[in-house]
Amino acid sequence: MNFFRFLKGSFAIIFKGNKTYYLWLAFLFLLILWGGLGYTGQLRDGLIRSHMRDSVSWAFYIGNFTFLVGVAAAAVMLVIPAYIYNWKPIKEIVIFGELLAVCAVIMCISFIVVDIGNPLRFWHMLPIVGTMNFPSSLLGWDFFVLSSYFLVNAVVVTYLLYCVFYKKEYNKKFVLPLVLFSIPLAVGIHTVTAFLYNALPARVFWNSALLAPRFLASAFCSGPAILLILFQILRKTTKFEIKDEAIWRIAELMVYAMFIYLYFTVAELFKEFYSGTEHILYWKYLLFGIGEDKQIVLFSWGSIIMGFIAFVLFLIPKTRKNFVTLNIGAVLIYASVYVEKGIALIIPGFTPDVLGQIYVYTPSWTEIRTAVMIFSLGSLLFTLLAKIAIAIIFDSYNIDSLRKK
Amino acid sequence: MKKDNSRRSFLKNISIATFSTLALSGCDMKEIDKFLQKNFRLLTKKEKDSIVKSMDAEYKEKYGKEFHISDKAALEGTLFGYALDLSRCIGCRRCVYACVKENNQSRDPQIQWIQVLQMEKEKGIDFAHSDVHYNPEEVPEKGHFYVPIACQQCRNPQCVAVCPVKATWQEPDGIVVVDYNWCIGCRYCMAACPYGARHFNWGVPEVPVEEINPEMHYLGNRLRTKGVVEKCTFCIQRTREGKYPSCVEICPVGARKFGNLLDPESEVRYILENKRILVLKEELNTQPKFYYFFGI
Repeated sequence: MNFFRFLKGSFAIIFKGNKTYYLWLAFLFLLILWGGLGYTGQLRDGLIRSHMRDSVSWAFYIGNFTFLVGVAAAAVMLVIPAYIYNWKPIKEIVIFGELLAVCAVIMCISFIVVDIGNPLRFWHMLPIVGTMNFPSSLLGWDFFVLSSYFLVNAVVVTYLLYCVFYKKEYNKKFVLPLVLFSIPLAVGIHTVTAFLYNALPARVFWNSALLAPRFLASAFCSGPAILLILFQILRKTTKFEIKDEAIWRIAELMVYAMFIYLYFTVAELFKEFYSGTEHILYWKYLLFGIGEDKQIVLFSWGSIIMGFIAFVLFLIPKTRKNFVTLNIGAVLIYASVYVEKGIALIIPGFTPDVLGQIYVYTPSWTEIRTAVMIFSLGSLLFTLLAKIAIAIIFDSYNIDSLRKK
Repeated sequence: MKKDNSRRSFLKNISIATFSTLALSGCDMKEIDKFLQKNFRLLTKKEKDSIVKSMDAEYKEKYGKEFHISDKAALEGTLFGYALDLSRCIGCRRCVYACVKENNQSRDPQIQWIQVLQMEKEKGIDFAHSDVHYNPEEVPEKGHFYVPIACQQCRNPQCVAVCPVKATWQEPDGIVVVDYNWCIGCRYCMAACPYGARHFNWGVPEVPVEEINPEMHYLGNRLRTKGVVEKCTFCIQRTREGKYPSCVEICPVGARKFGNLLDPESEVRYILENKRILVLKEELNTQPKFYYFFGI
C-alpha cells in the first residue's frame, strides 16, 4: 500500500516541470519517433535493412551494447572513490550513479533485442522455461550478470528514494552490502562482456588477454564523463552540493584510467606490429585500411585524436581545473570511447573475415535510426527517473506533499 | 485491498488484450503451439513425428505439392567424414549450386553453404590472399588452385559451445545441426566459426516453388525462416538414407569423397590411411572431420 503511494507520487511528479523540461521531453519524443520509424522497417524486412552480412555478422548494434555495458559499470564504480575520499554527497552519488546504471542496462538489453533475428524467442535463453546454455555460453553468463546487476541497482535506488519519500532513515545493514556487492558485479558485467569476444579462437583481433583490462580502463573514461557533466548540471539547477575538489578528483581518476588505457593499447600495438605476423591484418585494416578499403580509418583516427586531446586536457592541471576545458575534455573522451566501442572494436574482428575476404561495413541508416531510438528512450527514462529523484531528494517532495492535496 | 483487485484485473485485461490481438492478427492456435514448441532435443519421438507430419500438411497446402519431411535419427555405428582432393578440384563451383538446389537455400537474398576460394599456387593455403569472387572465362586459371570450404563438422565445434540457447548441437553421427525453430538469431555461432560456414537469413528467404526440393529433413534442408542461422549438414536428408551428399555426386572430377569413419572399408578411411591429409586451421583445435588431401 505504502509502496503503491510512493509509485503514485513518483508518477505525479514527472508531469510537473518548466518549459525547458517539456521542450526536452518533446525533443526526445521526436527522436524516438524518427528512430522508431526506421526500426519498423527492420521489423518488417529483417536485419537485411542493416549493413551487416555473413562476413561482418556483428557490428554497430553489439558495439553500442558493449559501450553501454561500460557506462553501466563505471557509473557504480565511482562509488569506490566517493567512499574512499569521503565525498560529502555519497548517498546522492550512489543514487544518480545507480539510476544511470539502471538506464544503461535497459539500453544494453534493447540493443541485444534489436540485434537478434527472432526477438520473440528471447525466452529460449531463460533457465527452466528455456534451455540456457550455462555455463558454456558466455552470452548466457552475460545475461545472468546483467540481470543481477540490474536487479541490485534497481532495488537499492528504489529503496533509498522510498525511504527519503517517507522521511524514514534507511537501513544501512540492508543497503551497504548491496552497494558493496554491486561494485564487483560492475566489474563482472564488463569483464564477462569482454570475455564474450575474447575467447573466440576464430577471431584473432580479440584474442588478447589485454582485451578485458582495456575494456575496463576505457569504461572508466566514458562512464564518469557523463556523471561529471551531470553533477555540474545538478549543482547549478538543484540544491545538490558537490565540491569542486570532488569533481576535479573524478577528472584526476579519469586521467589515470586514460593513461592505463593508452599504455595497454601501446603494449598491444607493439606486440602486433613488431612480431608482424599475419594477424597484423586486422590492425592494419583499422588504422590504415587495406588496399582501396579505407572507410573505417576515419572512425579509428577520429577516436584516437579525440581521446588524445581529452587526455592532454585532463592531464594538465590548469585545463583540468577550468570547467570549460574540463567539459570539452569530458565530451571528447565520451565520443572517443563511443566510436572505439561502436566501430573500432567490433569491425576489425570481422574484417578481413575468417576466410580472408573483405566486406566493407559502415552502419546503415536503419541501424543509426534504431540506435537513436534506443538512446533517446534511455535518455527519456533517465530524465524521468532523475526528475523523480531530484524532487524527492532536493525539493523535499515527500508523502506530506501528496497528502496536502 | 481494493487497489490490489484493480491491479489483478488490470493484469487480466492486459492478457486478454494481448491474446485477442494475437488472435486478430491471424495467429491461430497452431501459431501459438509453434511459438511454444520446445527445443527439438527435448521432444519425444511421438512429438517429433507429429510436428513433422503437420509440417508436411502445412507445406502441401502452401505450395501445392507433396513433401516428405523426415526426422530420422542418426544410425548406430556411423560417424560421417569427408575428404576433398585439392589436386583435382578445378574450381567450377558446380558443388555450390548443387548444394543450393538440394538444400533449399535462399536464392534471393543468396545463401551458399559452400564457398570456393581461389588461391595462388606460389602462396599455398593463404586465406589473406585468396579470392572468393573469381570470375574468369574458364577454370582452372593458370597459377591457381581451389579450396572449397563448407562446414568442417568439427569434433570440437566452437559454434555449439557458444550458442546461448542450445539451438545447435552435434548429432551422434557427427553432424552439427541447427533447430531452426529454436534459434534466436543472435549470430554468436557465426562469430565463433573459424570457417565462415554459418549463414544467416538476413531477409525472408526465397526459393521458387517449382525449385523446392520436397525430400527434406527437419534438421536439414526444410524451409527456413527470416532471422535464423543455417549451415551444411552433410546433406542429412540423403546421408542418413545411405546416399551421398549432393556435392559428392555432382563433382565432375571426383574430388569429393564421403563415408563412415567408423567403417574400416570405407573410402574416407582408405584416404586417411594411404594419402597425406591436412585439416584447415589445425592450430585452433577444432578437430574437423573434413579432410583435405592431394590425390595426385
